[in-house]
Amino acid sequence: MKRLTQLMAGLALALGLSGPLLAQDGPLRIEITEGVIEPLPFAVPTFSAENAAAQELAAQLAQVVADDLSGTGLFRQIPRDAFISGVSDFNAPVQYADWKAINAQALVTGAVSVAEGGRVTVKFRLFDVFSEAPLGEGLQLGGTTTSWRRIAHKVADQVYSRITGEGGYFDSRVVFVSETGPKNARQKRLAVMDYDGANVQYLTDSASIVLAPRFSPNGSRVIYTSYETGFPKVYMMDVGTVQRRILEDQPGTMAFAPRFAPDGNTVVFSLEKGGNTDIYRLTPGGAATQLTNSPAIETAPSYAPDGSKIVFESDRSGNQQLYVMGANGGEPTRISFGEGRYGTPVWSPRGDYIAFTKQHQGRFHIGVMRTDGSEERLLTASFLDEGPTWSPNGRVIMFTRVGSGAQGEPALYSVDLTGRNLKRIPTPGPASDPAWSPLLP
Amino acid sequence: MKNILVKSGLIALAVAVSACTDAGRFGAGGANDGAGANAGGAGYDSVNDPSSPAYFQQNVGDRVLFSVDQSTLSPQAQSTLDGQATWLASNPSYSAIVEGHADEQGTREYNLALGARRANSVQEYLISKGVAGSRLRTVSYGKERPIEVCSTEVCYAKNRRAVTVLSAGQGS
Repeated sequence: MKRLTQLMAGLALALGLSGPLLAQDGPLRIEITEGVIEPLPFAVPTFSAENAAAQELAAQLAQVVADDLSGTGLFRQIPRDAFISGVSDFNAPVQYADWKAINAQALVTGAVSVAEGGRVTVKFRLFDVFSEAPLGEGLQLGGTTTSWRRIAHKVADQVYSRITGEGGYFDSRVVFVSETGPKNARQKRLAVMDYDGANVQYLTDSASIVLAPRFSPNGSRVIYTSYETGFPKVYMMDVGTVQRRILEDQPGTMAFAPRFAPDGNTVVFSLEKGGNTDIYRLTPGGAATQLTNSPAIETAPSYAPDGSKIVFESDRSGNQQLYVMGANGGEPTRISFGEGRYGTPVWSPRGDYIAFTKQHQGRFHIGVMRTDGSEERLLTASFLDEGPTWSPNGRVIMFTRVGSGAQGEPALYSVDLTGRNLKRIPTPGPASDPAWSPLLP
Repeated sequence: MKNILVKSGLIALAVAVSACTDAGRFGAGGANDGAGANAGGAGYDSVNDPSSPAYFQQNVGDRVLFSVDQSTLSPQAQSTLDGQATWLASNPSYSAIVEGHADEQGTREYNLALGARRANSVQEYLISKGVAGSRLRTVSYGKERPIEVCSTEVCYAKNRRAVTVLSAGQGS
């Protein structure tokens, strides 16, 4: 297992982890050049179809698993035409020599069957080729033909998790705002999709402006801002039934920037009264509790994963900066001190970092800092990047990137916590304000 | 409360020859969804009628502009608002929604709050000039409804605005 330990050390570095693993000596297979990790080569032969009905799914499942892994930038898929042998029988012994010969360091094999009524069963195994041993137990997953992509994502999550030692993030969804029309007459709709852009479903029509949706901690509900009444108000929607209700409707006020507390019931948001914006908390059946009280703008609140603290932005110092306060309010501590303006802070689900939007010298950046404001790192730079959201494992950040001028459309991008693997997430049209769900059950 | 909006052949012509402008100019505020659909049908002759919304929009001036990240009213803005207050005093059958807007150079949430500050500055100024608070409401669109879409200061300056959009009725 020495070899794979070394691979895992390399991946740990790629994921931005630190620890004693990196101090190891030895002939590392993953070469680090100019800070770039050589992706780990892996092979995913087409899964074996155990009955005729599973034929098509067998190829599709293997492809989604491969795409998930390759998409991380940490793994590199070896093309199938390079394979010396296939895997026709899931239970036959693995021909390690054939996989070593093409330098496949990890091998994923699978078998799929489809029963009457569309019940899908997928079995898979992961092998450490050069150690000539399975990595973890074989696993069997069940689902339906309509949810086959989720099964593939779950397989990929297992592979990712076993090799990196981190939680996965492929079996997750993203709620976002789908945009159409010219920039000065934009129409916006809420939509939800798989993390990789597949299976887009619309949750609202485009009759009213909708902004910044956020998932509940279990992913079943979405909270967002809508102009349905003509004024910005906070709404809660059940994703399954698309039933929605207004949360807070004090006449003459605006409510926006909502986010769930980790308990899934409490909501924190911004309420504007008489031109001044403060942060409030709402518990089910209760009245709104004011958490900040200053003549400055306080907005974009986000809870720490343990619910004990809230990070938010305020311009009380003269421009936008980040502050942390207790969950019940009180005197906040400023944590951002670099040049420029800081907004839209979001606490990592792991609790270790806060992601933010930074504006400096006419450019926008997505960045991260420790929760005390130390170790600030900017991950992106462009004309307009904003609104980070964390993958369920706290290793990837998705955000909105907008180009300049009439033709500069907003699109969703993701980037690793390390700043590597920047890529565009495919959406049916212009898109903004992504929010990542937790890992699905 | 139905918005009284104006479509004018003259305005349309101006739009057609302007470099970075758009259909957003047709409506009084250009921000309300469906603003065009609610157009009151006032012909452009009404621009010459001092008690018409079209006159308010074009001769009195329905909007004031702001500096970057500011919500204070310039002397020019105050002068425009003096005119609005006078017009509203003479035309008590109208109420108004003051729409605050920001340019695209800012994060979404902050710009919503900034637009609210701007709308509130206008509202407070109008109240100080004698307009009943019950006739005024405010709303912020943040950076959601620019009227100009180029990404230079020429456009940004026009987008950092508060627009007083008239509606029929005496308010709440």
